[in-house]
Amino acid sequence: MIEGFTALYIFMLSAFTGYEVISRVPVILHTPLMSGSNFIHGIVLVGAMVAMGHAETGLETMIGFVGVMLAAGNAVGGYVATVRMLEMFQPKKKEG
Amino acid sequence: MELLIEIVYFISAAVFIIGLKQMSSPVTARQGIVWAGIAMVIASLFTFADPAVLHNTGNLGWMVLAIVLGSTIAYVTAKRVAMTDMPQMIAVYNGMGGGAAAAIAAVELVRVSRAPETAPDTTIMVLAVLGAIIGAVSFSGSGIAFAKLQGLINKTIRLPLHMVINLGLFVAALVIGGMMAFTGQVDPMLLLIFFIITLVFGIMFTLPIGGADMPVVISLFNALTGLAVAFEGFVLQNAAMIIAGTVVGSSGTLLTQLMAKAMNRPISNVLFSSFGSATGGGEDESIEGSMKEVQAFDAAIMMAYASKVIIVPGYGMAVAQAQHKLKELETLLEERGVTVKYAIHPVAGRMPGHMNVLLAEAGVDYDKILDLDEVNPEFPTADVALVIGANDVVNPVARTNPDSPIYGMPILNADKAQNTIVIKRGRGSGFSGIENHLFYADNTRMLYGDAQKAVAGLIAGIKQL
Repeated sequence: MIEGFTALYIFMLSAFTGYEVISRVPVILHTPLMSGSNFIHGIVLVGAMVAMGHAETGLETMIGFVGVMLAAGNAVGGYVATVRMLEMFQPKKKEG
Repeated sequence: MELLIEIVYFISAAVFIIGLKQMSSPVTARQGIVWAGIAMVIASLFTFADPAVLHNTGNLGWMVLAIVLGSTIAYVTAKRVAMTDMPQMIAVYNGMGGGAAAAIAAVELVRVSRAPETAPDTTIMVLAVLGAIIGAVSFSGSGIAFAKLQGLINKTIRLPLHMVINLGLFVAALVIGGMMAFTGQVDPMLLLIFFIITLVFGIMFTLPIGGADMPVVISLFNALTGLAVAFEGFVLQNAAMIIAGTVVGSSGTLLTQLMAKAMNRPISNVLFSSFGSATGGGEDESIEGSMKEVQAFDAAIMMAYASKVIIVPGYGMAVAQAQHKLKELETLLEERGVTVKYAIHPVAGRMPGHMNVLLAEAGVDYDKILDLDEVNPEFPTADVALVIGANDVVNPVARTNPDSPIYGMPILNADKAQNTIVIKRGRGSGFSGIENHLFYADNTRMLYGDAQKAVAGLIAGIKQL
């Protein structure tokens, strides 16, 4: 269903979108933004789950297991790290 | 149900893009990551209803266990790690994503080796193989980046013929991958060799790159992981992965370019030549003057009676976790009527913006934190520039000596201040290995010691006055 030129179009449009979306980012947000985009490719988790679903032999299941574990780590770690960094930019509230 | 899953993926992809957009402004950044987080959770939950996941219920328990394990490890480490160590943790989480993309490819390729009749068409096979190569390189390369920033590997390692070996590994991975993709036949032994080669390539590729350049490399691996995720998305026919992966791939590439530009070095230069080993002509020029040491108390007096002090923090401040002491120093000086500002070089610390995060953590106001273009005109009016653990970013040879490897890099003109105090751990040169002429200038005084202790000394000195 996603094939040939449709796939290519999705790829091209997404590439331009990514470029445009962050083209005017202030330097102070570079690190949090890198961390945030790191979180977003954590969507690989859904793929790892599907791949593990395809697994039928022990070896495939094992690789799938590692994949899902790594992907979950990517998503959760990326999220927590980003939130922690962005907390630093909150208007002062820890004074209280 | 499948339609519902598609709808969820579609919405998630849209929310990711909106979230990323929001993350590029300080006001909406938090909201952006939270929305993206919610989308991620919902997308993952709905994936449990995917036919592929459902048809294999025997795996479900293992799958949940894998998610719980991976999430817990990542959650605990991400919560505990100090802000200064964030860059290497980003490398780790990013490497995990790359590893996951490679694992997806591995599962699909192992299945093809077992049942060649299930082999997808050549285009898909090519994408699976490319995703595997990129993901595996990002995985092992990020591991090395982590080890370097964590200080587990201290020197740049460069074998004889390093470039030739790397090229050989890369070509070998492409050839084996191409054979698998175009024949649709996957030999299990060959597949194993293929993954070993790609993993080794990732390690070998990253080893010669110096620690100072790691942020650029981590950013590049981030973009690569995005691309690997997109390719595996094509393999699994998952549009959310394609879109999110590609968006990260392109935005990550842009971010990598911005970082390299801030250091005034082309990316190729970062990746294929190591700074420290460069024997540029910069060293030949003799340095006039000598380093003049100053005691903390004398330095404290200089600052206390100044009317304007500009603080230039660098990696040394981050390592010593001196940001809280620095804030204390700022408050003390301000109580005495001294204007205090911070000058942040775009690549100060280990990543652009890293220093801002650390200062914000200590409670420093944003409007006192100036970037390169804002602060450079102010140095001549400053009585004291306090350089803390920064080196190459204040080295005037970048302006004056065309032979120097860092010539042309925009620097903070700390040398233009009336007086400069440099807090430095020892007499060694910076990451680039280039002598810093600022340290030998007539109006520069060196305050040796760990950044945190040195600043504590300054604070004690001012309190005595």
